[in-house]
Amino acid sequence: MAKIVGLPKLSPTMEEGTLAKWVKKEGDALAVDDLVAEVETDKATMEWRALDKGVLLKILVPEGTTLKPDQPVAIIGNAGEDISALVAQASGGASAPSDAGPAAAPESGSRAPVSGPASGSGSPAPVSGSGSGPGPGSASGSPAPESGRVAASPLVRKLARENDIDLRTVTGTGPHGRIIKRDLDGAEHGTASKAAAAAPKSSATFAFSGGASGSFERLEPVRQPVSQMRKVIARRLTESKQTVPHFYLTIDVDAQPLLDARAVINTQLEESGVKISVNDLIVKACAIALRRVPECNASFMGTELLFHQVVDISVAVAVPDGLLTPVVRDADKKGVAAISAEIKELAGRAKNKKLKPEEMQNGTFSISNLGMFGIENFSAVINPPEGAILAVGTVRDEPIVKDGAIVAGKRMRMTLSCDHRVVDGAVGAKYLAALKKILEAPISMIV
Amino acid sequence: MRELTYRDALNEAIAEEMVRDPNVFLMGEEVGYYQGAYKVTRGLIEKFGPERVIDTPIAESGFAGVGVGAAMTGLRPIIEFMTWNFSFVAIDQIINSAAKMLQMSAGQFKIPIVFRGPNATARQVGSQHSHSVDAVYANFPGLYVVYPSTARDAKGLLKMAIRDDNPVVFLEGETLYGQKGEVPDADADEVIEFGKARIAREGKDVTVVTWGRPYVGVLEVAHELEAEGISCEVIDPRTLRPLDHGTIIESVKKTNRCVVVHEHWPYGGPGAEIVDRVQREAFDHLDSPVLRATNLDVPMPYAVGLENEVIVSKDRIKQTILKSLYKS
Repeated sequence: MAKIVGLPKLSPTMEEGTLAKWVKKEGDALAVDDLVAEVETDKATMEWRALDKGVLLKILVPEGTTLKPDQPVAIIGNAGEDISALVAQASGGASAPSDAGPAAAPESGSRAPVSGPASGSGSPAPVSGSGSGPGPGSASGSPAPESGRVAASPLVRKLARENDIDLRTVTGTGPHGRIIKRDLDGAEHGTASKAAAAAPKSSATFAFSGGASGSFERLEPVRQPVSQMRKVIARRLTESKQTVPHFYLTIDVDAQPLLDARAVINTQLEESGVKISVNDLIVKACAIALRRVPECNASFMGTELLFHQVVDISVAVAVPDGLLTPVVRDADKKGVAAISAEIKELAGRAKNKKLKPEEMQNGTFSISNLGMFGIENFSAVINPPEGAILAVGTVRDEPIVKDGAIVAGKRMRMTLSCDHRVVDGAVGAKYLAALKKILEAPISMIV
Repeated sequence: MRELTYRDALNEAIAEEMVRDPNVFLMGEEVGYYQGAYKVTRGLIEKFGPERVIDTPIAESGFAGVGVGAAMTGLRPIIEFMTWNFSFVAIDQIINSAAKMLQMSAGQFKIPIVFRGPNATARQVGSQHSHSVDAVYANFPGLYVVYPSTARDAKGLLKMAIRDDNPVVFLEGETLYGQKGEVPDADADEVIEFGKARIAREGKDVTVVTWGRPYVGVLEVAHELEAEGISCEVIDPRTLRPLDHGTIIESVKKTNRCVVVHEHWPYGGPGAEIVDRVQREAFDHLDSPVLRATNLDVPMPYAVGLENEVIVSKDRIKQTILKSLYKS
């Protein structure tokens, strides 16, 4: 018996998803656990696998459509079934997704010219700027729904088709941002917009190459759709900064012992090919410090406080168009080499947007390290409902006083952002003191 | 070439055709001894006598019907309405008799008749006497609707209307009668075919389609805009039925913009018809929506200040053109 299948809710926080890719075609047989489609959710591209066997009789929404969970996406049943009634029913109900924006409709007229140049120029998916090898299920190919529809005059659409101009790279100066012919002048002559169409978007977006003509013409900003990830970042961090009372504690530690420990460990691990980083050691040290000051491993939940009995460290990872926070579970119990390998593996998948939501959820404490950029010190935004986040700065060469003499030393500064509703100043200070103690005597980690 | 007024060009057309064909005759209120309410028929009764230049009672339905009957017998009547506002009492003869006879008689009766007279506002004559009837008559298949904007077109198109075997609604701009323009010499016998638009001014930025009374204003605006670096192509369709949309479409393909300017109300009618054809046939060439500048959609007021607001003005024409260029 054929039935309409709605978009599966693939993560607890999924409020909408974009059907990134149909893996099965209409008419394909489905076995249990077959990959049906890839769905882009808040943070990851998820696999949607078949729960029953049957035949994919009808695909109801094109790739790139953004829907809410349970909105109809396909009809699955047995081969040869008459599904006309279901198709009618689904198309009747299909008006529901309209709040997902006009792009929910298969606007082939507007979409086709837009995606044309991307494949034609051989450059990978210029949309999201994830130039680092987007996988087949990557979100890159599908523009965000709200901005998927580009307002352009019919003439402009025709010219875009003929000249392979990516209209999303063109700024419209007509009413309501409509792109009109004069806006294409640069694009046609292969300057700013043409370059943007050929190069990955991320570089074009912020390149001021359009002004290279030497003129002082005021260039309009390049407009870019807001990706699902960007939406989540915007929502969560705004929520955090507006509702979580942050306060900040900064401490300076002697990094020499940590560097020495790292050198020793790496020497011993040399044969195995494993190489740990300062950050790996810091993750481990933070985890142990949380064991020693468990009041800091806490969450404020409105009506109750949670004091976590596990130490799960969220590690902020920069990805091409945003950031993700994969979680190292039980970091207090794992060895540094294991932590190192895990972070490498998680970060790699984060960059390819292949992390599963559960791999990014339910951390108890976060670490953000901008030391590799030479940042001395900064304050991070708490990742709710976690109670604190540690912002780690770079290791600096500095004169220090040791035994009454000035000598060359290595210093590292770190700032803890605390949610004052659950972590008070003294608790945070106590935690930093414990952490400093460990970092300055790494061998104490084995205690 | 010489200069003639629009009025005298019409007069010449009638006179020349009456000389050329003894079946042509003129009938209407005050066309004879009074020399025509607007003096279009001046001197004709002296030249052709009261058998061919017939003064009628004030009875439009009657003399329009007599005209249709005369046409059925092989004569070629020219029926003058003192203004087209009065044609409404004769509309049954125009639409139900003249426009339908050929079809209803299975081709037995041609109706070679011209209904002509001044059209559109004559300034401060009130709502009942300020109609522009292009939209009304152009809506009915079976009628040609002709509306010359210049003296030359007035003459050449009226001669064509008289020679054609089908009923023609010939609209004359009431305020155009005094406009002078170059007209070929009498022996040139210029006859202008229906369904051929005239490019009044070549340009590249926007196509402005206009006819009748606003024609002069459009050309003035086009001239003013040229000083601002805007090049308008002005097209006069000359006949609204048949409509030469090909010339309009070709122009829009060049300019990518189109504005239709006409005097009468915006709702329905030839302006909307032109907009429809342009958006369908030049869709991929449009860089802005096709716009219209028309009278305002209210009965014509008598008070001159209000009337000035309602009639499509040079300012409205200019603003509409600028809007289509995204400059306002």
